Amino acid sequence: MTNASLIDFTLYLADSTLILGQRNGDWCGHGPVLEQDIAITNVTLDLIGQSRSFYQYAAQLIGNGCTEDQLAYWRNEREFKNALLCERPNGDWAQTILRQTFFSFYQRELFTQLLHGADTTLSAIAEKSLKEVRYHCRWSSEWVCRLGDGTQESHERMLAAVENLWPYVGELFVAAPYETALQIDTATLKSNWMDAITAVFTEATLPPPSLTSTFMHTGGKNGQHTEALGYLLAELQYVQRSYPGCEW
Amino acid sequence: MEHHNLEQIFQDKIDQEIKIEPRDWMPDAYRKTNLRQISQHAHSEIVGMLPEGNWISRAPSLKRKSILLAKVQDEAGHGLYLYAAAETLGQSREQMIEDLHSGRAKYSSIFNYPTLTWADMGAIGWLVDGAAIMNQVMLTRTSYGPYARAMVRICKEESFHQRQGFEVLLVLSKGSDAQKAMCQDAINRWWWPALMMFGPRDGESTNSDMSMKWKIKRKSNDELRQQFVDMIAEQVKLLNMTLPDEKLRWNDSKKHYDFGDINWDEFWQVVKGNGPCNKERLAARKKAWEEGRWVREAASAYAAKQKQKQQAA
Repeated sequence: MTNASLIDFTLYLADSTLILGQRNGDWCGHGPVLEQDIAITNVTLDLIGQSRSFYQYAAQLIGNGCTEDQLAYWRNEREFKNALLCERPNGDWAQTILRQTFFSFYQRELFTQLLHGADTTLSAIAEKSLKEVRYHCRWSSEWVCRLGDGTQESHERMLAAVENLWPYVGELFVAAPYETALQIDTATLKSNWMDAITAVFTEATLPPPSLTSTFMHTGGKNGQHTEALGYLLAELQYVQRSYPGCEW
Repeated sequence: MEHHNLEQIFQDKIDQEIKIEPRDWMPDAYRKTNLRQISQHAHSEIVGMLPEGNWISRAPSLKRKSILLAKVQDEAGHGLYLYAAAETLGQSREQMIEDLHSGRAKYSSIFNYPTLTWADMGAIGWLVDGAAIMNQVMLTRTSYGPYARAMVRICKEESFHQRQGFEVLLVLSKGSDAQKAMCQDAINRWWWPALMMFGPRDGESTNSDMSMKWKIKRKSNDELRQQFVDMIAEQVKLLNMTLPDEKLRWNDSKKHYDFGDINWDEFWQVVKGNGPCNKERLAARKKAWEEGRWVREAASAYAAKQKQKQQAA
């Protein structure tokens, strides 16, 4: 394992959590009911917190006075390594919930592997984050059930969300070179994740998904994104870049 | 029991500083005044999430993003306690929300002003939350029990927000020239609207007399406003900034700061719906509520199905 792979992998984890957090943050003040406005903001706060831990670690590995904010605010579209799933637009509550469920269950499996990985810092961040991620899995999958098995309208919206987001889950299980270097076992990740998601879908009265019958987009892990990311970063980064070299 | 006896017992309790609780007898006007005030306060927390929520996506550092998210989330929490306190007076949250959307219920006019730069996040924390605290500290001793208890929790978080807001401005005030200018500009724009938050002058405030007698309020609008001016006029010195009022100066005989005239035309225009963002704020609330309808319906339908399953099992 080279230091470069470790940095890239850590940035992949940092970028994915930041970008999903940035998306979820748009719900704050606009949720469907006050209690859920609070709940999704909790998830968002956890994701931003996780991204900070990963960025701080990446900054430390890079050295030369690099900081978390330099990594979050001063890299461009082609340098971000987040999974494509994380940058997909919020859509309605069904899309947001399903995106969260897919990602949280993926995080749960990935972080469980990292617990036993060679890098002790990543293990420690994974251990701390897993407590949050388990709650995210519960909260979001309960909503998949409510919407899937709620009304006709909510069921239809959930089906539309599956159709929309499913083509972005395949990428999670295609190992990037830095994941191979870190010996991430994507095959086990994939089968555990599929079992968990299938169970949620069954409970939610949604048709069982299949990873083989749909075309899957890839590229995010290596810096090739959808059009959506550029707009997101423009908004996220603009203050820092308008006033370079300032403390905030 | 005779009605005037009930009213006497009620007033005796108030005079002896015994809290009025939901099941106690209370005059209709007391119930209505509290309901109006608590629901208005709840709506203010919820609408108040919008101007600051604007800047979550653009916060200039990850640390600031986290702090701002947590702050706006706290406001949602405050809204929740307050709706719960208001519900003890016999109105449902849904009804209160409908009243907000139809314009029957009001919220604090301050949230009809726009957040134009990052420095506004500091100015809101320092000035708007600062003004709100003056009122809220008083309300921890208000006569209606559920409202007073909600206020105790809220005040702890609000004073934290005020310090965070001040700290945002403090960093800007020590920063580049552009940051200093941004800081001063935000103070200039938020100062007068913050003073208006205390409401009309004492002689012109319609709900004040009974509210004082019933100890819903314990200080007049002008008393609270003066207290606020005295506090901020000192704190602004720590920022090396100024308040946009040429008449502001220490009056040694009164032991208070004198300050200039508030633009009451502007105040009433904003109350009437003609502020810079009245339409946008209400539209955003209505949109969230309407777009959330199918979600709430799905949750109810699911809960009913689960209950049925449990009963069948």
